[in-house]
Amino acid sequence: MYETIAFYLFSALTIGLFLITVMSKNVLYAMTSLAAGMVLISGFFFILGADFLGVVQLIVYVGAIMALYSFAMMFFDATRDIKEKNTNSGLVFLLGGLSALVLVMIFAAPIHSDAVQALYPMHEGVGNAQDVGIVLFTKYLVPFEVAAVMLLVAMIAGIILAGKKMDQSLTEDASADDEILIQKDAK
Amino acid sequence: MIGLTHYLVVSALIFSIGLIGVLRRRNLLMLFFATEVMLNAVNIAFAAISHFYNDLTGQMFAFFIIAIAASEVAVGLGILIVLYKRYGSLDLDELESMKG
Repeated sequence: MYETIAFYLFSALTIGLFLITVMSKNVLYAMTSLAAGMVLISGFFFILGADFLGVVQLIVYVGAIMALYSFAMMFFDATRDIKEKNTNSGLVFLLGGLSALVLVMIFAAPIHSDAVQALYPMHEGVGNAQDVGIVLFTKYLVPFEVAAVMLLVAMIAGIILAGKKMDQSLTEDASADDEILIQKDAK
Repeated sequence: MIGLTHYLVVSALIFSIGLIGVLRRRNLLMLFFATEVMLNAVNIAFAAISHFYNDLTGQMFAFFIIAIAASEVAVGLGILIVLYKRYGSLDLDELESMKG
C-alpha cells in the first residue's frame, strides 16, 4: 500500500521536475529541479531494496555532480535567461517521444521473456550493501578498477581543462571581456 | 500492486523527456542536464529489473553508469569552461564554425 503511494508520488514529482529541467529558460531553475529529481530517484532505489545504490546516488549525483555543476555555473552568467531559437517544437516532441519509445522497446523486450535467469542472485538475510560488496569485489573487480582509472583520468582532464588562466575573471575583468569581443569581431 | 512494468513505463517516460531535451535545447549546459536525465532513467530501469528478477547484476551496472556519469561531467564541464572562455557563449548556433 505504502509502496504504491510512494511509487506514484515519486514518479509524478520526478517527471514534473525533469520536465522543468528540460523546458526551463533559467539555468539555475533547471539545475535545482535536476538535483531535486535526483533525490527523488534515490527514493525509487530505496523502494526497490537497492539501499546501497540509493546512498551512492545521493552522494555521487546530488553531492558531487550537482556541486560540480554549481561550481561551473560560477564561470557562466547564470542569472541571464537563455535565448534559444526553437524551430518546429512539435516535430521534436513527436520524434523524441517515438525514438525513445523504440529504444526502450528494443532494450526492454528481452527482459520480458522467461529466458532471463539470475546471474548473481541476492541472498536472504544478508544486507544489500554486503551482497553488493561481495559481487563487486569478486565478479566485477576488473571493471571496478577500470572505473577507478577512468575517474582518475577524468579528474586530471578536468583540472587541466578548467585550470588554465584560472587567475583571470571572465565577467569582472574588462580585458577578458575585450578579448572575447575582439574574438567575436574577428569571426 | 506495483510491478516491473510500472517502473519500466516511468523509466521510458523520463528517458523520452531527456531525449526531447537533447533534441530541443540549443545551450550546451542544458544538453548536459538532459543527458543526466537520460542516465537516471536508465538507472531506474536497471534497479527495477534487479529487484524483480532478484539479481544483483542490474545494480552493478547502475553503479558503473554513475561512475561514467561522474567522469563525463568532470571532462564535459572542463570543455564547457574552455569553450566559454574562447567564445563567450554556450549556444550551439553561435559555436558552429563549419559553414555548410
